[in-house]
Amino acid sequence: MLVIAIFLLFPAIWTLYLGLTNWRLTGLAAREPEFVGLENYTDALTDPDFRNSLVLTLAFVFFSAIVGQSILGFALAWTARKLRPALRSVVETVVLLAWIIPASVVAFLWLALLDRREGTLNALLGTDGTAWLLEYPMQSIIVFNIWNGTAFSMLLFSSALASVPPSQFETARMAGAGTFATLRDVVLPNIRGHILTNTLLITLWTFNVFAPYLITAGGPQGRTEILGVYIYRVALRDGALGQGAALSLIMIIINLVVASVYLRLLRERRS
Amino acid sequence: MRLNSRLGGTAAGFLATALVLAACGNDDDGGSGGDPEQNADATEVTLTITDNSIVGGKNSEGAEWITNWVIPEFTAMQAEQGVDVTVEFEENGVDDEDYKTKIALDLQSGGGGDIISIDGIWTGEFAEAGYITPLTDVAGDAVEEWDGWDQIPEAVQQAMTFDDEAYGIPVGTDGRVIFYNRDLFAQAGLPADWQPTSWDEILQAAEALKQLEGVTPLQINAGVPMGEATTMQGFLPLLAGTGEEIWADDTWTGATDGVEQVLEFYGQVYGEDAYGDPLLQQEAQGRDTSFQLFAGGQLGMLIESDYFWRSVVNPDGGIAPMANRDEVVGWAKIPAREPGAGLNGQDFVSMSGGTGRVINPNTEFPQQAWELMMFMNSPEAFEAQLAGVPRITPRDDVNATALAGDPMLSFIAEEVLPITAYRPALALYPEVSVALQEATAAVASGTPAADAAAAYQSELEDLVGDDGSIAD
Repeated sequence: MLVIAIFLLFPAIWTLYLGLTNWRLTGLAAREPEFVGLENYTDALTDPDFRNSLVLTLAFVFFSAIVGQSILGFALAWTARKLRPALRSVVETVVLLAWIIPASVVAFLWLALLDRREGTLNALLGTDGTAWLLEYPMQSIIVFNIWNGTAFSMLLFSSALASVPPSQFETARMAGAGTFATLRDVVLPNIRGHILTNTLLITLWTFNVFAPYLITAGGPQGRTEILGVYIYRVALRDGALGQGAALSLIMIIINLVVASVYLRLLRERRS
Repeated sequence: MRLNSRLGGTAAGFLATALVLAACGNDDDGGSGGDPEQNADATEVTLTITDNSIVGGKNSEGAEWITNWVIPEFTAMQAEQGVDVTVEFEENGVDDEDYKTKIALDLQSGGGGDIISIDGIWTGEFAEAGYITPLTDVAGDAVEEWDGWDQIPEAVQQAMTFDDEAYGIPVGTDGRVIFYNRDLFAQAGLPADWQPTSWDEILQAAEALKQLEGVTPLQINAGVPMGEATTMQGFLPLLAGTGEEIWADDTWTGATDGVEQVLEFYGQVYGEDAYGDPLLQQEAQGRDTSFQLFAGGQLGMLIESDYFWRSVVNPDGGIAPMANRDEVVGWAKIPAREPGAGLNGQDFVSMSGGTGRVINPNTEFPQQAWELMMFMNSPEAFEAQLAGVPRITPRDDVNATALAGDPMLSFIAEEVLPITAYRPALALYPEVSVALQEATAAVASGTPAADAAAAYQSELEDLVGDDGSIAD
């Protein structure tokens, strides 16, 4: 209890308090915290930069986590389960590596891949001089994030598929069901809970991701300034700590709402 | 539900505690400046030097000097006086904005090193925030008595001065020039000893370089990712070339003719003629990339400070070393828009900045910290440092002999510093700087200069508010 209090509750409450002050660290009028009530929250809601960041974050979460990671993770798990055990562990290990390597290191790998002048991707595609990070910044960080996080979904779906009773597959095969019918009638009913769990965890994880900052620094012109990056800029680059604290709390509230929706769905399924 | 109410009670308790702590924790105004004589006779002393340098990384030679010379020499000197000093060195190797945030947090919370390096341009902002206090408040009369002040020119001292009070000792100064690649110039039929006398002549050279395959003729920093480099290495030297300064006679410069001329020049460099690479100015690592391109013979001209010569293309430990630097890299003064159009009617202009060191107002050992400051700024200390890499020191007595072996740095000291200008040491300046960076970014991506100037003007009006006036 004491540990939770020191490391979790106290910082959270401290953030809550700072979010109600106009405290600045650097920049104009760096000063002691003064109580300003909900000003930071009203400022955030009317700030076009914040709205931009929220829209970008929703798109980022939807395309990289809910669509990209889940589908690719499932496809990999589905393919791997048909492989010989030895080959299967090789595939799983390779995919896992992407997840084990620290995101910051992966970010630098992607910088090298996507570099305009000497990037591997331009060399492979023959698209000489294409500035991927400037022309397709959002797509670039979405692909990076899918690559970085797919392993998690794959592992989760691998164990989900292993829990489907083999007799049901057998029955489907006897009935002459194709792959699609098997997925729809056998697999899906069995792994609904896993799908929800996967979606919940990767949604929360992607919401809070910061590593894309290392690739694009929020640019060009704020086109990849997802929430984590935006809050970093406001709090630690512009030095508006009070505003940053308020934004962090808004982010936590969004996370809580997302989590409670998913948990409710899970509960309904169980009952 | 019962769990929830219990949690709610706990949370309320913590909130009350947090608010009480908040009320107590902020009595410390981050820099009240204690008693200058505190612990003056201590025989056991611990001091920490904080600097944005790290052995093997950023500004490595500076970090090596602190580690291998300052600390052992100072410790030995103090030991002779019967004082047991432990000097710790807190290294950093991060970009300047992150370093600024870090030390601001340190100072704000009453912590941090005893001696801290800062960029001179932060002096006003930190002083207004109460993070730093005048040296005499921290260390008392001993500061006035230091004989080193006589060796540091007034203009150089300004870098660490705010409201006529010295907050720190400058570590050095610099000057900006156009660096160019002599090999590429020869290939383009341009003279090996090139000195443009107007902006048009820069563009003419760029036009000639444009004929070379795989070469970007000219890079002038623009845009926000480059941060202060855009303002110092791009906008302000050009503005000085129009005869204007960003702040003069207690007035900020708005959308004046000079500002518009500078933005038009940016438009020429990055517009249809494409002498520069506008994409490079948008890339997060653009400045470092431009260094690599120059070192690789793919960039003809670059406006930079002597830092570029000392720490970037230096064959000995630079971050983009050029083995043949001394033969290939040429330098020229930055011309005014046309002869005589520069500040004070000058033909050539430059901008200078400077870094320096301050004493943390929260230090427990103000006298000993001041002694370490004096020691780090003594002629012997600079000579030890110059053995590694020559640089322009703030001290006339050291510069007289130290720069003799380096033609580039002698050029800065003799030709550039006499015609240079400085940024205003005001708390508002860093914000104005960002507004200028945004204006250059707009022009580099195709916005007409007049529109970008107007947008800058309205941004400036928001920043200045009722606290000052704007000339347009």
